[in-house]
Amino acid sequence: MDKQELEASVLDLLADICDDDAVREERDVDLFDAGLLDSMAAIELLVAIEDRFGVEIAPTAVKREEMNTVNKIIEQIGKRL
Amino acid sequence: MGFYTSASFFIALAIVAVPAVALGASGRRIKPWGMVASVAMLAFLFADSRRALVAFLLFVALATASAYAMLSSWKSGRRSMAVYRISLAATLVPLVVYKVSAAVDAPGFLGFIGISYLTFRAVQVVVEIRDGLIEDLPLADYLYFLTFFATITSGPIDRSRRFLEDANTALAPAAYRDLATRGVLMLLAGAVMQLALATMVHGFTDPWAVNGALAMPNILALGLPWGVGSLVRAYGYAVYLYLDFAGYSLMAAGACYLFGIQCPTNFNAPWRALDLKDFWNRWHITLSTWLRDFVFMRFVRGLTRRHVFKKRLTTACCGYVVNMFLMGMWHGLTPDYLLYGLYHGVLLAATEAYQKRCPFYKRNKGKRWYKVLSWFVTMNLVIIGFSLFSGQAGEAVRRMIYG
Repeated sequence: MDKQELEASVLDLLADICDDDAVREERDVDLFDAGLLDSMAAIELLVAIEDRFGVEIAPTAVKREEMNTVNKIIEQIGKRL
Repeated sequence: MGFYTSASFFIALAIVAVPAVALGASGRRIKPWGMVASVAMLAFLFADSRRALVAFLLFVALATASAYAMLSSWKSGRRSMAVYRISLAATLVPLVVYKVSAAVDAPGFLGFIGISYLTFRAVQVVVEIRDGLIEDLPLADYLYFLTFFATITSGPIDRSRRFLEDANTALAPAAYRDLATRGVLMLLAGAVMQLALATMVHGFTDPWAVNGALAMPNILALGLPWGVGSLVRAYGYAVYLYLDFAGYSLMAAGACYLFGIQCPTNFNAPWRALDLKDFWNRWHITLSTWLRDFVFMRFVRGLTRRHVFKKRLTTACCGYVVNMFLMGMWHGLTPDYLLYGLYHGVLLAATEAYQKRCPFYKRNKGKRWYKVLSWFVTMNLVIIGFSLFSGQAGEAVRRMIYG
């Protein structure tokens, strides 16, 4: 999977989980501060990442501030692919 | 010797802190001395009870065997889930046996001061080896983390990777001096909160408190009607609990700082919480985040993977109830504690449902009047929760039933 495919795929996933297409525009905004993600949605995101990319990210593997924006989420998945 | 309550503890702490400060201030690692200090302080802690000492040593042996069985299975690439389940069970057995036997017949088997907090530490290590986050763990490091004395009796609950990073790093002298100064201030502030203020509030609000030396008036002496008196007692208990526990936590963190360990914060202005989710992010933070990471998230992940519930909200609500009920069980297997856990579980689930579903909330959550109202309701829900916790609510119910 190349970088563009990964990005498109993550954006679809996030738009679905956050139920808001705003995530597509603001890639460096803190999703928790913006009220787009909460701890429940974060777990769903981890499960969805596992399903879609086969990448397991344990709940305590990444600090929240390392995975709180669209770009950081893409980066964390990219590192593990 | 009672940790953070008896004069002999503070004298012993001052003595073991001197070499730690000398090492830290000269830019050296404190860990070797920290291990000696831990052993000495734990010897004091268990000096009164050989039974407790034996139970403690048994726990350490079981936890260590479990952690290293896990590590060898994961290092070898076998990653046996059977080893994981047995290790996790072995780590939890002493606490479960203790809690169950204490509920049947106090004081219970296998118990010792700090068993709960040691269990949190040991379980975290086992689970994080499983997750592949801990790949290497020297035995001395593991034992230092598991038995570090300053936070053993009541937290805060540190995490091994964070703790060991601090323990294995020598700070620059200036940075250590800064940290140690903050540590001393926290010890002093915590002592004022717990030993002076909490004792005074307790003396005033607890009808059974012995007030000889303090000469504090007691609530019973005011001759208030039962209802009003109960209300004052419930509010007073909440203030007492906060001063006592936040004061203790400050002192424990201060003691960690002296040993170069920047232990996480346990309280962050809980009385400013605007809803119950916010409250649990501010009260006994290291417990709620531990439960969030090792119970709530994993339980919810399991439900989500198996598609147990159709709706995300149902999954979340189920997660909150299970998580908080477990917290109640952890406090003790008594009706009061179980009810306390269930109470918060149901309220958190209700908060989640209300915030996700109610248009009224979405319209008004940013408005000032709404925040004030929400704060007021939250505080009173918290205080009702504490009166369940203290047994006051149970007592009031029994009084209403039996007269």
